Amino acid sequence: MVPGLSPIGLRSIDYAIIAIYFAFVLGIGWQLRRAMRTSTDFFLSGRSLPAWITGLAFLSANLGAQEVIGMGASGAKYGISTSHFYWIGAVPAMLFVGIFMMPFYYGSKARSVPEYLRLRFDEKTRAFNAVSFAIMTVFSSGVSMYAMGALMHLLLGWSFNVSVLVSAVIVLTYILLGGLTSAIYNEVLQFFLIVFGFAPLVIVGLNEVGGWSGLQVKLTQLAVSQGHPAGAYTHAWKGMDAPAHNLIGVEWFGLVMGLGFVLSFGYWCTDFLVVQRAMAADSMESARRTPLIAAVPKMVFPFLVILPGMIALVIGGKGIIPAKVAEGGGPLLDAAGHVVLDYDLATPSMLMHLFPNGMLGLGLAALLASFMSGMAGNITAFNTVWTYDLYQTYIRKDANDEHYLWIGRVATVVGIALAIAAAYVAASFNNIMELLQLVFAFVNAPLFATFFLGMFWRRTTGHGAFWGLLSGTVAAAVHHGLTLPAGAVPGVKGGYFGVLETFRSEMGQTFWTAIFAWTTCFVVTIIISMLTRPRPDEELVGLVYSLTPKPVSTARAVWEKPAFLGIVTLLLLLVLNLLFR
Amino acid sequence: MSATGDLDVRVPIGALFTVLGVLLTAYGALEPISVKSAFTRGGQINMWWGLVMLVFGVFMLLIARPSKASKAT
Repeated sequence: MVPGLSPIGLRSIDYAIIAIYFAFVLGIGWQLRRAMRTSTDFFLSGRSLPAWITGLAFLSANLGAQEVIGMGASGAKYGISTSHFYWIGAVPAMLFVGIFMMPFYYGSKARSVPEYLRLRFDEKTRAFNAVSFAIMTVFSSGVSMYAMGALMHLLLGWSFNVSVLVSAVIVLTYILLGGLTSAIYNEVLQFFLIVFGFAPLVIVGLNEVGGWSGLQVKLTQLAVSQGHPAGAYTHAWKGMDAPAHNLIGVEWFGLVMGLGFVLSFGYWCTDFLVVQRAMAADSMESARRTPLIAAVPKMVFPFLVILPGMIALVIGGKGIIPAKVAEGGGPLLDAAGHVVLDYDLATPSMLMHLFPNGMLGLGLAALLASFMSGMAGNITAFNTVWTYDLYQTYIRKDANDEHYLWIGRVATVVGIALAIAAAYVAASFNNIMELLQLVFAFVNAPLFATFFLGMFWRRTTGHGAFWGLLSGTVAAAVHHGLTLPAGAVPGVKGGYFGVLETFRSEMGQTFWTAIFAWTTCFVVTIIISMLTRPRPDEELVGLVYSLTPKPVSTARAVWEKPAFLGIVTLLLLLVLNLLFR
Repeated sequence: MSATGDLDVRVPIGALFTVLGVLLTAYGALEPISVKSAFTRGGQINMWWGLVMLVFGVFMLLIARPSKASKAT
């Protein structure tokens, strides 16, 4: 345990709250155990859920523990600019996928994102996407399991093994029993628990530092004392003219194009983990509303997850974020002799310092909830892609539905076992994980170019898509290999082919790598498509924008129409950005 | 039977928040912050937040669609 990090220990009330939460999570799975009759029930909830449920699940599946902890850490590191990851880094893409892309995902009756690629392009494009996605989901749930186990050990002295195994078994049980419905229902429950667990943290924290204005004053003093511009922590857009003027170390173009366009659209519009939630909706109308409904809470989530990190930086005068421990045991110092803070502990320290027993149990349950929803999201996406896109395609084509339902359950167990193995790999070889995540980033960066061209340009061919994806991935690796963030040595951080350019921050490098990958994929896909034979138009009906009848919204009330929801959300987004500019 | 087995998700959510709300409120009322954290100044946060959760839980239960035979299915 970190000295000074846990001023109060857990009491039976805290354990009781956590135990009750676990009981409900398992209870939902138990209640649904007989509802899983076909593979469609298990993998797609029988396409039967209303939009508000799939919408909250869409948001919650992405809200893993790493997200909650990581956004608090970034809040302490970059201040309110971290909201860019939500505001321009998520909301516009969520609106786009709902209004423009969902008609093809849902309307094509594809059962997964790779399957859409099969329908639109060809087998090799699907295989490339399915394999990389399956590996990625297993490893990312392994990494987050590791992070959670390590955190619980550090905060509460819980055994790493026990934390990892108990949470894995709980997630396993409720997915096995109730399939995607169970995962989604629990994500909705977890969404509310996260809101009710973190909102009081922000309220109490803000109260302690004198409200938003008090926080601004304190953070301005801190920024000045560190030699940053006065508004570095409290303004989202002010220093975005040049990388040297803001804490993220990136300029507005890299931010808007790299994060706001390439990375954000690449994730929210193509990642099966989130798209699967919308595919479970009961109608086209609900499927389109799913990401739109998710976008509204997404917009205000920065206040819930980023503010705790910002408050942790200054609360009580000196903040409560512990320093990283150097090898000798003392606090770690950087080159300039400043103490390096362990930012990942910003949000957990807030929980430990601000909540009395009782609330502490609630806060920890919320943290565990975020961990479980993220993990369940990965596992349900994994078992579907494995069963439909890999097993049914390459191993056994014509089995009966019962067989695939059984395989889905097996894949759930195997997926979780692999994730646990990955957690232990992460615990012993940190660099391997960093390397893998890097490879996934390369594979993901160009994805949106492929989907965008596929959906909106009927001339795009399968060969174009496949080679575009591949060259985009290579372009990402090359760009990363030729650049380096300031202060890093060539290696896993880049520069392995020589250093042509140095970025002010790793973030800047990531954004520009993504921009290069996307542009390469976009251009190569177009060139190869022009050189290869297009598919006849009649095969592409329902898969391409210009050949598909426009979905007519059947919603009677104007506020239920996707376009209206989208415009209102964009206006709110604009207001938020102006307020915190 | 659909893939939701006639279970309205608002029922477990409402029930969880009601139970946690009652528990926190009671704990906050009976144990007036004997062990208080370094920063929370006296306020009965357990009790007040417990009440907020209780209200939310009851609200969810009220708007849940009446279950036909929730346990029997």
